[in-house]
This record gives sequence, structure tokens and C-alpha cells, in this order.
Amino acid sequence: MTATEPSSPKMSGGGAREALSLQMPKLDTRAKIRAAVVVLLLAFCLLFLPAIVSGYYVIALTQVVVYAIAALGLGVLVGRVGLVSLGQAAVLALGAWVSARLLFATALPYPLVLLLAGVITMVLGTLVGLPALRMRGLYLALITLMLAGAITTVLETTNFPNGGHGFLGYNGASVEPPAIRRPSIATSDPDFLRYSIVVAILMFLLVVWHLRSRPGRAWAAIRQSEASALAAGINTTRYKLWAFALASFLAGVAGGLLAGADKFLYSYDFQTQDSITLLAVALMGGVYNIWGAVVAGLFMQLLPQILNQIGVSPYWLIVLFGVGALQVLTTAPAGIVDQLPKDLARLGRLIVRLARRSAASQAGAQ
Amino acid sequence: MIEISNLTVRFGGVTPLDGVTLTFEQGTCGLIGPNGAGKSTFFNVLSGFVKPAAGSVTAFGEDLLAMPHFKRARWGVRRTFQTEQAIEQLSVFDNVAMIHEHSNLTRASRRADTLEAISFVGLEIDPDRKVGTLGAAERRLVEVARAVVGKPRLVLLDEPAAGLPEEETTHMGEVIQRIPDATGALVILVDHDMSLVSACCGVTSVLDFGKLIASGTTAEVLRNENVIRAYLGTELIEDQAVTA
Repeated sequence: MTATEPSSPKMSGGGAREALSLQMPKLDTRAKIRAAVVVLLLAFCLLFLPAIVSGYYVIALTQVVVYAIAALGLGVLVGRVGLVSLGQAAVLALGAWVSARLLFATALPYPLVLLLAGVITMVLGTLVGLPALRMRGLYLALITLMLAGAITTVLETTNFPNGGHGFLGYNGASVEPPAIRRPSIATSDPDFLRYSIVVAILMFLLVVWHLRSRPGRAWAAIRQSEASALAAGINTTRYKLWAFALASFLAGVAGGLLAGADKFLYSYDFQTQDSITLLAVALMGGVYNIWGAVVAGLFMQLLPQILNQIGVSPYWLIVLFGVGALQVLTTAPAGIVDQLPKDLARLGRLIVRLARRSAASQAGAQ
Repeated sequence: MIEISNLTVRFGGVTPLDGVTLTFEQGTCGLIGPNGAGKSTFFNVLSGFVKPAAGSVTAFGEDLLAMPHFKRARWGVRRTFQTEQAIEQLSVFDNVAMIHEHSNLTRASRRADTLEAISFVGLEIDPDRKVGTLGAAERRLVEVARAVVGKPRLVLLDEPAAGLPEEETTHMGEVIQRIPDATGALVILVDHDMSLVSACCGVTSVLDFGKLIASGTTAEVLRNENVIRAYLGTELIEDQAVTA
């Protein structure tokens, strides 16, 4: 406002004015407890988890981390901007290809390879997503699914680099191809899991930073109503593109971790339907909360391994994910991270009520 | 001042705006008309969502239609929507600050301007509260705060008091009346509530089937026979028009 300060009622809390002007997030007790729990959990995952679980689960948990990062990117697209992509797992495969190529071709330090893979995948993913930007909803989903199919087909033809020469770096005649290298500080599986968790923490922080600043606010506006976002002066095309770029960057970095985790990459490990599964688990985990991505990773990569261990076919999961996605879409749009605490609280209240009732009836009987 | 000249919009065979020539001078101007008269289409032309088939819009000497839609907000076109569009996921503060963020104003004044706009509309709530937790009247006020923060030049209010009870409508009216003096912006108010339009607007224009049928001081316009016939119609509302 330019002219006069209106003599309307003063702001209620002078404290709020101060807090905002210092740009200090207000930390109440609950937020402090939550932060402490998160730090403890992360410390546990970093320090103890890789040491106490078996080698089988170390490998599975590394995959969980990789797919959690990819799901995080998908969550930004679907949950924050409202763009449904069915191509995120294909972009992850693209990131893995780029990383593998870089790791064979160069002696660059691993973090730099991850960054480069992220950036190159970001450019490729955004270019691929460019024509899709004019579309929304079902049409966007279909286009991205087709693009996922196209990426998968191309990767089937080119194969993943296995130490060969030329641009593709694939040597079909190689009987014992060299393994994709890992960072020197994380050559063992548990160490690579720790390394992956650290990278994942950085990626989560990157997303949190985005969500709490200008792009996050713009995305929230676009998701609610594109017309209102335009009326607010937001260049919606640019911010949608930004979201695609961020999601592709995350998939690229996740692909870089995947290359190191697997050591040998084969195109038949990457299927078009993985992208659909990733969307289903991301929705089940919850796309409006960054922790939903962790749940998505656990669903997609840990659950099948657990079922394998107890002798149940992991194919049952396809049925489960279908039912789960349907349930999320109909009754719990914010996913498990939102619904589970609510349901547990409800269960707690129910138990308390039942206990009271039985106590009361006992008192009545006496 | 906004000069609209021969503005025509066509959607296929329908002509929601048909050669409208109209000038809004200053202060708060009313724009009324029955449903389907073309009021929202008119706002959509000013916001840039609808491209007119013919005509020109000159706002403070600049050709508004030549600007891409998202740049118009930067220039100073602000609006509220018939169905309120404050962003549920964000706090009251972020809702308002975001408009400031996408204008040409500096970051240094953002916090102060945002809080000033929130207090201007008389919202006495914690600015960190999520809009999703607010009631209808408060959300409407957040939307108005979004429209007035920073340096607005043209504020378009599309039924800002729709669905609000009387007391809150009165408060909304008071806020609207203060906008021109506080911000220097020209305000155009579309509403069906004649008492709100009478309270806020010195002058009012009337659209009917895409055509301008009357324009002048609000009291005159509401007495105009054509207007009563076209818009108010029945005896019942005619009574209301007289009292208004």
C-alpha cells in the first residue's frame, strides 16, 4: 500500500510481527520433539542400522533409499503441483544410465558424478517433459507413460554401459564386465547404504528448501487453481517446468546411487510398469508430505524382499498396491503418513473408551 | 482511469460482451447485471484469461491487452474470484506475501507490506495460520488482502461478499470503501448485493446480455427503468431497489 496507514485494528500479536521480521520459524514444543525424533531416527539409520541388519537387507535398504529419492521427486510433481507423471521410474533408469556412463568414462569423484547425473538427467527429463506441459490430468499421465515406454525401449536397445567403448559404452561380447565403481569411502555394502542415506538427506533438504521458498508457494497456488496463480502474477509454465526439472534431478541423483548400489546394470531390470508402481506407492505413502516418499521406498523395495524371505510371491504386491492406491484415492488422499497417526489416535481413544466402559460396568456390578 | 472501447468477446455463437464502451474514473466503481450479463467475462478480459475479439483496454495510459496475463499482476491488476481462491496449503502470511513476491516490489518491504495488508482488512488472527483452517469470511478477507498488498493499481472484486452473513458483509463493505484512499487503486466491484454496491460505489455500470445498458451514479442507475426491467425485474426486488 502506498498512501495512508489505515487506522484499522492493530495486528493482534506484536510477537508474531517480531518473529516474522526476524524470519525465525517459531519452534513450539511439538516441533522440537518432532525434530529430535527425526534426528535420532536418522542417526540410528546412519550409525547402527547398516551394522545390525543382514547383508540381504542392507542391499534392500539401499534400494529403498534410491526409490525414496525418486518418489520424493514424484511427490513434488503430484502432490505439490498437481501434475501426474507416470514416467518417474524411467527417468530414474535414465539417471542410472548417465551415471554408469560417467563412472566408466571418467575418474571424477563420486559426489560430482551424482551431481552431473542429476543435472544431465534434469535436462533430458525436462526436454522430454516439455511438450507435456500444456497438458494436465489424464492426458499428461498418458503422455508421460508413453515417454516412459520410449525410454525403456531405447535403453533396451542401447543397453547399460558395461565398460565398453564408444558413446554407449556397451560391449556385448564382454563375458565378465567390470563392476561400476563406488566411492572410495563407501566400497562395502553397509558403507554404501550410509553414503546413500547421507545423499538422501541432502535431497530431502533440497526439496524442503524448495517447498518453503518461492517455488513452493507458487506450486501451492498452481495446484489449487491455475487461474488464481496467473492472477497472482505467477508464470505458471516456468514453475511447472521447474517442478519437472527438480523431479528429474532427484531421479538422476537416485539413478547415480542405483548404479553404485547394483554395480551391474541390465536393461531388463527396468520395466515401464515400474513407473506405475512408483506412482501407486507414492500415493499410498502420501504425496503431500515428504515422509510419504520414505514409506513409498519401503513399500516398493523392502516389502518384496520381506515376502521373498518368508516364501510369499512378491507378485501379490501388485494386487496390494492396486487396492492400496484405490483406497488412497477414495478415502485417504493424504496417504499413510497422514492416515496412520490419525487411525492410531482413533484406536487409542477407542481403547481408552472401552477400558472406561469395562471399569464402569465393573463398578456397576459391584 | 480505465478506458474500455468497443470491447467484444465471442465464444463460438455466444457473445458475452458486445461492443462495450465504458470508462472507470477513480474510486470504487460498481458493475452489476443479471447472471450471464458478462461481468465475469469482463474481469477475465482484464486479467488476461480471455482474449477479446475486438476492442481496446487502456489502463492509466497503458495498453492492458498487450500484456501477458502473469505480467498484469506485476503491473498492478489484482483480483478476487467468485469462488474464493485463497491458497489452503499456505499460511495467511504466505498467501499475501506471495503476491508481493511476484510483483516488482523489493524484498525489503515485503514483510511490512504484507502485515499491513493483513491488518488493513481487519484480520485479527495469527498470520502463520494455514488458510485451510479459516472460516469463509476470513478467507474472503485474505483474498482481499492479497488484492491490496503492495502497489495495486486496479483491484477487481468478483462478489467478494458472496455467501457471507450480514455483519461480515458490512465489514467487507467498509474494507472495500477504504481501498482507493489507502492504495490509490481503482476498484471495480461486481456484486449482486445492492446494499453493498450502494454502500461502496459512487458510480455503477450495468451490463445485460453483454451490452452496457446504464452507467452513472449508483442511486440514479438503480432508479433507471431499463435497469429495473432488465436486472431487478420483479416487484419484490423493485422494492429493494427503491430502499437501496
